Amino acid sequence: MNPTDIVERPYLKTDLPEFRPGDTVRVHVRVVEGERERVQVFEGVVIRRRGSQLSQTFTVRKVSFGVGVERTFPLHSPMIAKIEIRTRGHVRRAKLYYLRSRVGKKAKVKERRN
Amino acid sequence: MATVKGILGRKVGMTQIFDNNGRAVPVTVVQAGPCRITQIKTPETDGYGAVQLAYGAPSRVNKPMTGHYAKSGGDPARHLVELRVDDLEAFDLGGEIKADIFEPGDIVDVIGVTKGKGFAGGMKRHNFKGLSATHGTQRKHRSPGAIGACATPARVFKGMRMAGHMGHRRVTTLNLKVITADAERHLLLIRGAIPGPKGALIMVRSAVRIRQRGAQRQAS
Repeated sequence: MNPTDIVERPYLKTDLPEFRPGDTVRVHVRVVEGERERVQVFEGVVIRRRGSQLSQTFTVRKVSFGVGVERTFPLHSPMIAKIEIRTRGHVRRAKLYYLRSRVGKKAKVKERRN
Repeated sequence: MATVKGILGRKVGMTQIFDNNGRAVPVTVVQAGPCRITQIKTPETDGYGAVQLAYGAPSRVNKPMTGHYAKSGGDPARHLVELRVDDLEAFDLGGEIKADIFEPGDIVDVIGVTKGKGFAGGMKRHNFKGLSATHGTQRKHRSPGAIGACATPARVFKGMRMAGHMGHRRVTTLNLKVITADAERHLLLIRGAIPGPKGALIMVRSAVRIRQRGAQRQAS
C-alpha cells in the first residue's frame, strides 16, 4: 500500500466492470457544452490498460469513416458515466498496438469463448 | 498584507485527484502538523520578530532542550523551525497550529531541502550539452568543453559553471495552490511538485510574493 492511498481512496470507483485489452466496450462520456451536459458514447476495442490505482488509464480504438480514432480515458475519471462491455476478445498481447497497422478483417479481434 | 501563516510537515508523496470539472490535478500530499509554538521572538528581545514552531515525534532530547520545550508547556518535539512574522499578536506561546490554517485555494510557498545528487558533472548540473558523440571525440563526451580564453585573461572567471555538488540545498517553491486542507487527518494537498524526497521535513508558508494575477484570483 502506498502512503498516498488514503488520499486517493475516496476518488476510486467501486462499480467498474472488469475488462481487458481486446474487449469491445462502450464508454459513456459526460460532455459539457456551455451550461448543458450530455452523454456521448465512444465504442471500440480496448487496446491498452496502464497505471494503477487512481492514475489508471485505458485506450479505446475505433475506426470512424475509415480513420482510426483512439481515445485514452482515466479509468476513475468522473467524466466517465458508465462503461459497458459488448464483447470479450481473445488476444495474446497486453497492448494491441498491432491493430493500428491492420485494416479490414485482419483488424478484427476474435471473440473469447469460456 | 495578511498575517504570515506557516506550518511544518513531512512530504508523503505525489498522486493525482479529480477536480469538480473532472480534470486530473497533480498533487503533493503533505503530512502537515500539528505544530506547537515554542517561542515567540520579539524585536525588543531578539532584534527581529519570529515564531518558533515545533513538529514531529521527539528523539534523544537533552536536558537543556527539555527545558526549552517545557517553557511553552508541552512535550519535546523533533524539529524546531523559525518563521519570520511581523504581526506577533496573532500567535500565542504554546498554541497549536493545524492544517486548517490554510483553505482550499490559498497560495502558498513550500520550503524544503532538495534531493542530494552528489558530485555531478556539467551536463547534469547545468544542462550542458557535452561534446559530440562522434566526429573523433575521445573520452570527452560529457565534458563541459572550454572554460575560458587563453593568455587574456589567463584565468578562469569566478562563477564559471562547472561540475560540483548538486542538490541537498534549501529551495523555496513559490506560489503553489492548496487543493484541500484536512485538519483532522493533518493532511494538505498542494498542487504540483515540492522540493525534497519523500519523508523530508518541509515548511508550508503563505505566499510572500504573489504576482498581480495571483492576488486578483485570490481576492475574487
